[in-house]
Amino acid sequence: MTSAHTNESARSLALLRTMMRIRRFEEIAEIAQRDGEIPGTLHLSIGQEGVAAGVCSALERTDLITSTHRGHGHSIAKGASLAAMMAELFGRATGCCRGKGGSMHVADFSVGMLGANGVVGGGIGIAVGAAQGLRVRGSSAVVASFFGDGAVNRGPFLESLNWAATFKLPVLFICEDNGFAAFTQTSRLTAGEGPAARATALGISSTVVDGNDVVAVADVATASVERMRCGEGPMFLHARTYRLRGHTIADKGAYRDAAEHARREALDPILLLRQQLVAGGAATAVEAVAAEVEAELAAALAAARVGPFPDAAEALTDVQTAGAPS
Amino acid sequence: MSERTVLEAVRDGLIEEMRRDPHVWAVGEDLHIGGLYGQYKGLIDEFGSNRIVAAPISEAMIVSAGLGGALAGTRPVVELRIADFALSAIDEIVNQMAKARFMFGGQARVPVVVRLPQGIMASSAAQHSQSLEAWYVHTPGLVVLAPSTPADCKGLLKSAIRCDDPVILIEPRSIWQTRGEVPDGLDDLVPIGRARVARKGGDLTVVAWSAMASIAMKAAEMVAEGGLEVELIDLRSLWPWDVDTVLASATRTGRLLVVHEAVQVCGLGAEIVATAAEAIGDQLRRPPRRLGAPRAPVAFSPPLEAVYRLTADKIEKAMRAMVLS
Repeated sequence: MTSAHTNESARSLALLRTMMRIRRFEEIAEIAQRDGEIPGTLHLSIGQEGVAAGVCSALERTDLITSTHRGHGHSIAKGASLAAMMAELFGRATGCCRGKGGSMHVADFSVGMLGANGVVGGGIGIAVGAAQGLRVRGSSAVVASFFGDGAVNRGPFLESLNWAATFKLPVLFICEDNGFAAFTQTSRLTAGEGPAARATALGISSTVVDGNDVVAVADVATASVERMRCGEGPMFLHARTYRLRGHTIADKGAYRDAAEHARREALDPILLLRQQLVAGGAATAVEAVAAEVEAELAAALAAARVGPFPDAAEALTDVQTAGAPS
Repeated sequence: MSERTVLEAVRDGLIEEMRRDPHVWAVGEDLHIGGLYGQYKGLIDEFGSNRIVAAPISEAMIVSAGLGGALAGTRPVVELRIADFALSAIDEIVNQMAKARFMFGGQARVPVVVRLPQGIMASSAAQHSQSLEAWYVHTPGLVVLAPSTPADCKGLLKSAIRCDDPVILIEPRSIWQTRGEVPDGLDDLVPIGRARVARKGGDLTVVAWSAMASIAMKAAEMVAEGGLEVELIDLRSLWPWDVDTVLASATRTGRLLVVHEAVQVCGLGAEIVATAAEAIGDQLRRPPRRLGAPRAPVAFSPPLEAVYRLTADKIEKAMRAMVLS
């Protein structure tokens, strides 16, 4: 085996590990929510892990990201702690947001994850603003903003892209196109040639990529980030994927096309990469990764379950310093 | 001390803070030519286009620039030109900026100042004349300031820039040219949360802020000629507001009138009057009162606009009614 081949295989295994950590995190959370252990709802990204894993593999820890209501994957891929995230979903004081944010607001500023967001498109402008702030600080870090296909119909999408292009800010815009805007096929309500065409119209270099091919996503993201670090301004990535679950955990997806859904299940990004690695002779390594991920998640789940709920007084802290609630 | 207009004072204040802290920067429309009123005149020459960012007309993104910039470790000053335009960025202000610190469990600090030049100018009509400070006071996470004098406008701008919370700074655009003495010290801050007693008096406590504070002062001088002494409190900080100063004064005078340019219904006056009624109602000689605008959009034509606008005459009448009759 050549060393190039070995490196390639190691990289694929790392991407597989990230995707499996996301998948197993969400599958376990899904069960815990149905069992009544997790309050509220969840927006799962099962089937979309290739986008989060591929893009974040191109980023450094000091780079920043913003995310969406479907943000577990982005957060995990950026390096947030599984245990702190699981505890957050459980509403515990040990959670990454000390139980104040929950699934829709997971964040880990220590790894540059500036927050999931409960408003569609809410993170895009924040990412561009963060890039503006980095410029003031003279930092060479870049910012990546994940958003869904539904967000491209919101006004702040236009404002943010125009701004980043005008000021040549190092922002990687990732439209994670899972086919659905909540309960509606996005294509039914979106005019024109799609998200990349909108970015291109603003002079932003755009690429369409198969979001279920994690290696392809990683390649495009790496090339884009490299260009951004050289001062070429923002880049746009339209990653086509598919949401294998409903909009929320309660959504059975009755509006889906059954044949399309079955076809998409066979294109599961984890399944595809796993098959490829096994075919390349890495079956043992794949099994080892799977076992490690399983153990890590079991520990995260166990820790979340025994974590204390926050003290009631915490409901009134972290609001503000001047004029804090009493 | 130096004599300055409100406009000169706030320009001085921003320059001082930008010189003091390289992480302070400003963003808003037309800043490269000094902003709509000249508050940023000449700043781009000293600080360059990375720190004086002349933005497209994209209010949501302008506020996001502030929030994102704050999360990336800087202290942005966001200019929104006219207070009414903040409504194009209300998601960014209320859902994002005001909540980032809380919903991320204290990981975020949001030291952003959002500057909202507010108030009725002559015939600016319904979308350029509103006073919506009560919306922001109602929103947890925000600090809300509304100074009126050159010294307070400068001192509170400086305090706002140094504050780690998001601050809505309402600036009195109808009295930009008012002159007054302003302290020269670089660290002469006006504390957030403390009112200014603009005039001492024993007969009636009047609370006002922003441009209304100066108009209420005229009214107080008018009633003083008839022997009625008003204690005028320029609240200047709307959240947190100086409950102690207001209640102590109202307890002393036994009468409380709150005057604001905003619509009277659900205005901040309602909160102040309710607070007084609950805390010291039994010590007041008369029921506390509000004087605000009718619940109608502001009209263009001068005689129609005049129906909405509070004047010294109208305030004088309300002051007399509190004491006589």
